[in-house]
Amino acid sequence: MAGQLLQPGYEENKLQRVSKLLPCRDVQSSMLLALMGEPEQYSYPSIFIYGHRATGKSHVIHTLLKELDIPYATVTCVECVSLGLLFEQVLFSLFGPDSATLLSRSPSLSDFVRVYKQLCVQNPAKQTKYIVLDRAELLRDMDANLLPAFLRLQELVEDNVTVILLSEIVWDKFRPNTGCFEPLLLHFPDYSKDELQQILSEDSHPSYSTELYSAFINILLGVFYSVCRDLRELRHLAALNFAKFVEPLESGKVNESETHKLWRNIEPHLKKAMQTVYLREVSSVQWEQQMEKEAGAVRGLSAHGHVELPYYSKFLLIAAYLASYNPARTDRRFFLKHHGKIKKTNFLKKHEKTSNHLLGPKPFALDRLLAIFYSVVDSRVAPSASVFSQISSLVTLQLLSQVGHNDQLDAPKYKCAVSLDFILAISRTVSFDIVKYLYDFL
Amino acid sequence: VGELLLQEELNRKVLDSLLEFIRKSSSSFQRGTDDWRSRMRAHEIPTAALVLGVNVPDHDMTFQSLSEQLQLSVSPFVVSLQAKECAGQCHDQCEPEQGSTSVNLKRVHCSLKTLHDWYKTVTEKTYTSTPGEKRTSIGINVQQHPPIVVIFKDLEVFSPKVLQDFIIICSRYIEQLPLIFVFGIATAPSVIQHTLPHSVSSLLGIELFQSLSCTQHLATVIDQVILTSEFPFKLSGKVLQVLVSIFLYHDFSVRNFIKGLQLALLEHFHSQPLSVLCCRKQEALGHISKLSHQDVERIQQLPSFMRYVEQQGPQDQVELLTNDDHVKEVCVKLLIDLHKYHKNYYPILRCLHVLTSSLPKYPLGKQIRELHISCLEKNVWDNEEYASAMTLLRMMAKEELVSLLQKCSVILKPGKTKKMRAVLLRLDDLITRFTKSLLEMKESRRTKKMSQFEILRDEVLEFFDSLVRCHLAPPESQPLYEVCYYSSSAVLRRHLNATPRTSIQTALSNPYHYLKNESLRTEDGTFSSAAPDICIVYKLHLECGRLINLYDWLEAYATVVSAAEGKDPESADYGKVDELKHARFIQAVSELEFLGFIKSTKQKTDHVSRLTWGGC
Repeated sequence: MAGQLLQPGYEENKLQRVSKLLPCRDVQSSMLLALMGEPEQYSYPSIFIYGHRATGKSHVIHTLLKELDIPYATVTCVECVSLGLLFEQVLFSLFGPDSATLLSRSPSLSDFVRVYKQLCVQNPAKQTKYIVLDRAELLRDMDANLLPAFLRLQELVEDNVTVILLSEIVWDKFRPNTGCFEPLLLHFPDYSKDELQQILSEDSHPSYSTELYSAFINILLGVFYSVCRDLRELRHLAALNFAKFVEPLESGKVNESETHKLWRNIEPHLKKAMQTVYLREVSSVQWEQQMEKEAGAVRGLSAHGHVELPYYSKFLLIAAYLASYNPARTDRRFFLKHHGKIKKTNFLKKHEKTSNHLLGPKPFALDRLLAIFYSVVDSRVAPSASVFSQISSLVTLQLLSQVGHNDQLDAPKYKCAVSLDFILAISRTVSFDIVKYLYDFL
Repeated sequence: VGELLLQEELNRKVLDSLLEFIRKSSSSFQRGTDDWRSRMRAHEIPTAALVLGVNVPDHDMTFQSLSEQLQLSVSPFVVSLQAKECAGQCHDQCEPEQGSTSVNLKRVHCSLKTLHDWYKTVTEKTYTSTPGEKRTSIGINVQQHPPIVVIFKDLEVFSPKVLQDFIIICSRYIEQLPLIFVFGIATAPSVIQHTLPHSVSSLLGIELFQSLSCTQHLATVIDQVILTSEFPFKLSGKVLQVLVSIFLYHDFSVRNFIKGLQLALLEHFHSQPLSVLCCRKQEALGHISKLSHQDVERIQQLPSFMRYVEQQGPQDQVELLTNDDHVKEVCVKLLIDLHKYHKNYYPILRCLHVLTSSLPKYPLGKQIRELHISCLEKNVWDNEEYASAMTLLRMMAKEELVSLLQKCSVILKPGKTKKMRAVLLRLDDLITRFTKSLLEMKESRRTKKMSQFEILRDEVLEFFDSLVRCHLAPPESQPLYEVCYYSSSAVLRRHLNATPRTSIQTALSNPYHYLKNESLRTEDGTFSSAAPDICIVYKLHLECGRLINLYDWLEAYATVVSAAEGKDPESADYGKVDELKHARFIQAVSELEFLGFIKSTKQKTDHVSRLTWGGC
């Protein structure tokens, strides 16, 4: 079982409790403890911890710091849209609620360092303080000096402080090109299947035996392990499907030892869950209701792919698609009555010979869109204001996207942002054979 | 006209289920975490994906009534967000929420943390203090934790980055804050999966709510507002056609349709003096007696009235053209007839629609509005489609026909006029005879003669045919129809479906059209040289090719302007360019450039290139 965590300076029973709370992360936690040293000792200035989602990074850090009563501040970088918020939260949790008011309205890094030093002098502490920055990859997008400064914050503020960065990305992607202090790297590997089994089995249902729950987890992992190794997600799925699993037990048809029968009962449901609730096609609540009622499958989100559009909007979209996927030089061939024969091979430059659908949509000017529109739409359409406003409403619906700045009033350019399937469905409703007009399918 | 109420009525079903969802999810938040299952589950933010269709202008009203109802019955904390208001930072989004209820909040850094603290204080405050506070005065059954509902009005327009961050942040607080999202979706719900990666969408528990499609919406509006004798104001076939085609071809917006209807109403009462008679029957009859001599003359000039006069005997004709009082008396009778016509028209129209809408290929249209329009335009029984529909009906099987007839009888039930009651009696009689004949069917199966059923079927169809001929005549056949019917579709089209480019071209080539200055009036094809400079320049540039030499253009301009000044063509300075003319020319040319007709070109320095084709 869990290896003993040993570190002088901390109480024995606390360490034991911690090691119980952190299953399958013994190596990492003892390594961290070793790095942290005794409470009064200076630690390494910055530690960078990386690993996939749900590999216990934050969990390990927070349990350690919390259970061992170490002063720390934890900040999730997504929340910090401004530097001020970040600094404020750090100061708030290290020095109490009054400290944040010392910062100016939009503080700079040096403001932060100054305030920090000032507060340090006021209430000197013996223990090492820790600043945990979750989702540290977002620090890269903030001020350029922020990340290097945090990495050597110990030197800057002249205090016993260690910064711990948590991220899902490796350190190589962080290193600023101006160079910086190298933190200690610590990798949290993914949980293995056995480890997942062990962790998931721990939260068994109070009214059933641990063995039964463990058997259920085994089945669950058998279905889901190939697609999902996210502990959080697996735990969620386990909770959703356990009721179904024990249903035969409840009704008394099967007893606990007949695992094979239980397996036969639950397996199709798990497979179905993989296609629906795991992809969030249906919400968890709907899934549970569906399990209770059996009948009446809820249609998933992607089943409603159909979009209704006004008649001319459909043609505008078709015209946009043609303009995006046909080379402009072929317009003559498609939309002129007497175009003559154009041989495909000699006519185009080399790069135009590759499939345009592989290359993706190309931008086109408004004029070209309208020219194609007037030639594909079967009736005479007045160039009324509402035709133009339909173009912009297609943009807001994200069916077209505007290329370049949207303040460019003169000759705007667009791209068509719908798939071939979508446009085929649209053109079928107006009985327009779009394939005949697409250069790629000639 | 209570059209707005109607709209709310239509959305009620969706909104009700949405409210139910929100109530449920907020109550499940309150149940807390004592349950094993809810403790184990990852905490998802309950999210309602509300699919509203592409008619974005209509959405505002839906969201407004949604948030009003939410505020009334579920929670005072409702925010509606529009993408354009929160393009930059998602944290600003919380601000309206806080600002609306608590005033003394430090607005330096609004984050969800502050929101959370604020929420805690607010909920504590209300429940520690006596229940005399504003919360209870609104009439909420006091809930422990009213949810915070965040409505994203236009999900497609939100930048995915902002949305993702916002959801991630919110999900960190979901255990303490009862947040609920409502996504307004215009296209398809799969847009959620396009904009959000799995790691983010797994934080949401999405449920789908589909609102009525906008075509159904329109059908209901037409059914309630147009296909009823309740409102005296009517649209002619062409006008209705314009409104419907704007809807179908351009915007799918029911709100715009209603606006168009209101415009037609306004135009009708504004332009037609006799529209004083377009009101309820009793009022209209009162108005007739107050008509002035001028009004009576107007009535006499109405084409439908003139047709009516021609059908009368010579004695009557004289009376009708000379005696005002007699005209008024006749008008009373005619107006009553017109009201009766409407009362009979709509039930019969609905019956005919019931009969024909289930036929293969829909010879008379799938929607009742199509049938209505064709009835308004001319005698529907003269249509080929009508004849083919009748032949198809003659081949109908018995059960189908009987069920259709029963539907018709349901439609005719509320009819109040004598004729309608008679029709209903006759129909019921036919239905009973049908059911009897069905019993006899088996015996007569072998005989080659027409069975009882077939005879009856023909009789029924004869009967309906006579009804159609009697009641579905176009309104033009009714004297005084101009009073109630608005028919200038061109005006409506010009107002609702503006064509800026055509207008500019008209203005430039025919300035009289807008300026109404007599000196600009010209014969077809010719051009007054007194027209504004830009018109002259425009006219001259039409004669050029793709590239225009500026100097030639200037000279031509100077010649035209000199002619306008009345100079002698023989004199020396005729057509000479002076500074004033030069300046005017330059100004006109730059105006033309501004309008997008020409632009400067690099091919030749003293030329500009034309951006339009054609001309003389």
